[in-house]
Amino acid sequence: MVSKKIELLVGLFVAIGIAAILMLALKVANAGIAGNGETYQLYAKFDNIGGLKVRSPIKVGGVVVGRVENIKLDQEDYMPIVTLEIYSNYDNFSEATSVSILTAGLLGEQYLGLDPGFLDEELDIGVLQPGDFIEDTKPALVLEELIGQFLFSQDSED
Amino acid sequence: MLEKIQSLGHNTIYIIAGLGRAMMMLLSAIVQVPNPKKGWPLLMNQLFSVGVLSLLIIIVSGTFIGMVIALQGYTILVGYGAEASLGPMVALSIIRELGPVVTALLFAGRAGSALTAEIGLMKATEQLSSLEMMAVDPLRRVIAPRFWAGLISMPLLSAIFAAVAILGGHLVGVDWLGVDSGTYWSVMQAEVDWSNDVLNGVIKSVVFAFVITWIAVYKGYDCVPTSEGISRATTATVVQSSLIVLGLDFILTALMFTN
Amino acid sequence: MSENLVEIKNLSFYREERCIYDDISLNIPKGKVTAIMGPSGIGKTTLLRLIGGQLKPDSGQILFAGQDIPSLSRSKLYTLRKKMSMLFQSGALFTDMSVFENVAFPMREHSRLPENLIEKMVMMKLEAVGLRGAMHLKPGELSGGMARRAALARAIALDPELILYDEPFAGQDPISMGVVVRLIRDLSDALGLTSVVVSHDVPEVMSIADYIYIVAEQKIIGQGTPEQISEMKSELVQQFIQGEADGPVPFHYPAQSYKSQLLGEDP
Ligand SMILES: Nc1ncnc2c1ncn2[C@@H]1O[C@H](COP(=O)(O)OP(=O)(O)OP(=O)(O)O)[C@@H](O)[C@H]1O
Ligand SMILES: [Mg+2]
Repeated sequence: MVSKKIELLVGLFVAIGIAAILMLALKVANAGIAGNGETYQLYAKFDNIGGLKVRSPIKVGGVVVGRVENIKLDQEDYMPIVTLEIYSNYDNFSEATSVSILTAGLLGEQYLGLDPGFLDEELDIGVLQPGDFIEDTKPALVLEELIGQFLFSQDSED
Repeated sequence: MLEKIQSLGHNTIYIIAGLGRAMMMLLSAIVQVPNPKKGWPLLMNQLFSVGVLSLLIIIVSGTFIGMVIALQGYTILVGYGAEASLGPMVALSIIRELGPVVTALLFAGRAGSALTAEIGLMKATEQLSSLEMMAVDPLRRVIAPRFWAGLISMPLLSAIFAAVAILGGHLVGVDWLGVDSGTYWSVMQAEVDWSNDVLNGVIKSVVFAFVITWIAVYKGYDCVPTSEGISRATTATVVQSSLIVLGLDFILTALMFTN
Repeated sequence: MSENLVEIKNLSFYREERCIYDDISLNIPKGKVTAIMGPSGIGKTTLLRLIGGQLKPDSGQILFAGQDIPSLSRSKLYTLRKKMSMLFQSGALFTDMSVFENVAFPMREHSRLPENLIEKMVMMKLEAVGLRGAMHLKPGELSGGMARRAALARAIALDPELILYDEPFAGQDPISMGVVVRLIRDLSDALGLTSVVVSHDVPEVMSIADYIYIVAEQKIIGQGTPEQISEMKSELVQQFIQGEADGPVPFHYPAQSYKSQLLGEDP
């Protein structure tokens, strides 16, 4: 009933379709390497997160090491708590690591920059464990506040 | 006034009755034990005429749409010095929206109309009746393989569309306008998420495939068996499935991409 | 009298408002050729579809081997239909298959015969209707008469108990007409199949049928063996078998009077 030619073409069609899905998954979304890999959570509390969003990248020296998983307000002191989802192959951050909210370019997306501190056993600075809070945080720079500060300092100089 | 209310009632009943018939048809067509020996060749033939024959138009339009998006995107982004974001811009607009939707519209025009016309003509020439008289259920023999073929083909076509569109965007953005190839891919990879973007796009295309194929086979099966009836049914397939796809796209987007 | 394969009792059927059959009863004896004649548009095709279960009557019973067709469930009806087949007025060949595959289709669907046997049987059926040479043509490449003979070959493919022929002689030249007449007769005589033939061709029907029903005006107006029919006194019957335009059988579809319509009067 079905000619060989039709079977061949249908097979080819399905193969191309699957190849396209694979390309979207691997080459476009990079799911195989990072997206679906093992991760662990860290937390950080900021004064102000500016324009940080869920799924914003977390970078160390420009390399993506994870993504923002969740942002919520602390019920007690009303400060934003950010949940960081870090890829498990980067599991050696020191407790002295600092995290700041940075902006890519002048108007670009905001992302989290990690600045890994040193491990020092004498000073009792160990490795961050999953679920730990990063203590050293620098809030986002908000343009309006910067301008306000600038004007204020100009005023006081006069 | 009374007449208007009456005609409203009439139309409502008419629409609901049609929906009911369409539902019954689909249920009796697909809820049954498949018979691999007979069903497989039928499905193959339909995958060929529904899927393989739609491949060319999908690849050509995908390439061009990717190229146009890259060109437009570049001219906008370069004003902000943000041409590095060309990759994610092309990829996200294609994967989330244009891939599923444009494929669906093309599919409705290319394969949906052909399905309706073919089934309608089989009805008009009494081929469906003669199947019934031969104790072969036309729902099973004619409708079911076409429905499954549509449901399988369209998501594949949609993925192919997205892939060639992103390559088309690469062609214009990188090879012509000079965006760095590494940047194009790496920024794209950083921004595009497998489950949020790619998977949601695939879900969209499966939903669209279901709706279009259903409308197409139902319109053919339910048509008035004359040349005029068939031409009306074919038009109705294209118009109705396009409108429903656009409406559904809005709803799905609202559900998927707003927090 | 031999037993009846199909018995129709007090059947009434309406198309929307219009009455097609008003309380008719007829029997189709087993193993015989029964002919149904009547003016065009009177509902002969409709009757065959009623027997096949494709239309449901408004009232009355249609018994096939004792089972009431209109009240059967879908799956029972499909089982029953394996015992019958129908030659459609339009032929209704599957346009996406060759003639060979069309004839092989019912065999492949309903028998577990090996492919080489099916091939031989298809050849036999096609030989019987004189189309063995046209085996590989598509229905679109056949002439009208050839298409009807191919459809005939498909209808008799499985030698079912009951075959309903809707106008088997239409569009045939005298030679193939003779072949088809003999074929139908032989199927009944040799294999004991029951045939229902709908036709307008009076001499052929007279030569082939064991029993004839003539329908007109929603009723059966005459019935009997060919001899009885040709000797019938009824004006209606005589007009029909003699083919006269003037007579009690209306040649026209029901309408207001010709004169009043020409003059544009309201009906
Ligand atoms: N689908 C339909 N809807 C409404 N009326 C129909 C339909 N099909 C047939 N009819 C009407 O039913 C009547 C009987 O039709 P049928 O096809 O049974 O006639 P017939 O006796 O087979 O005629 P012919 O000898 O020309 O084939 C016709 O008058 C026709 O107008
Ligand atoms: Mg007829």
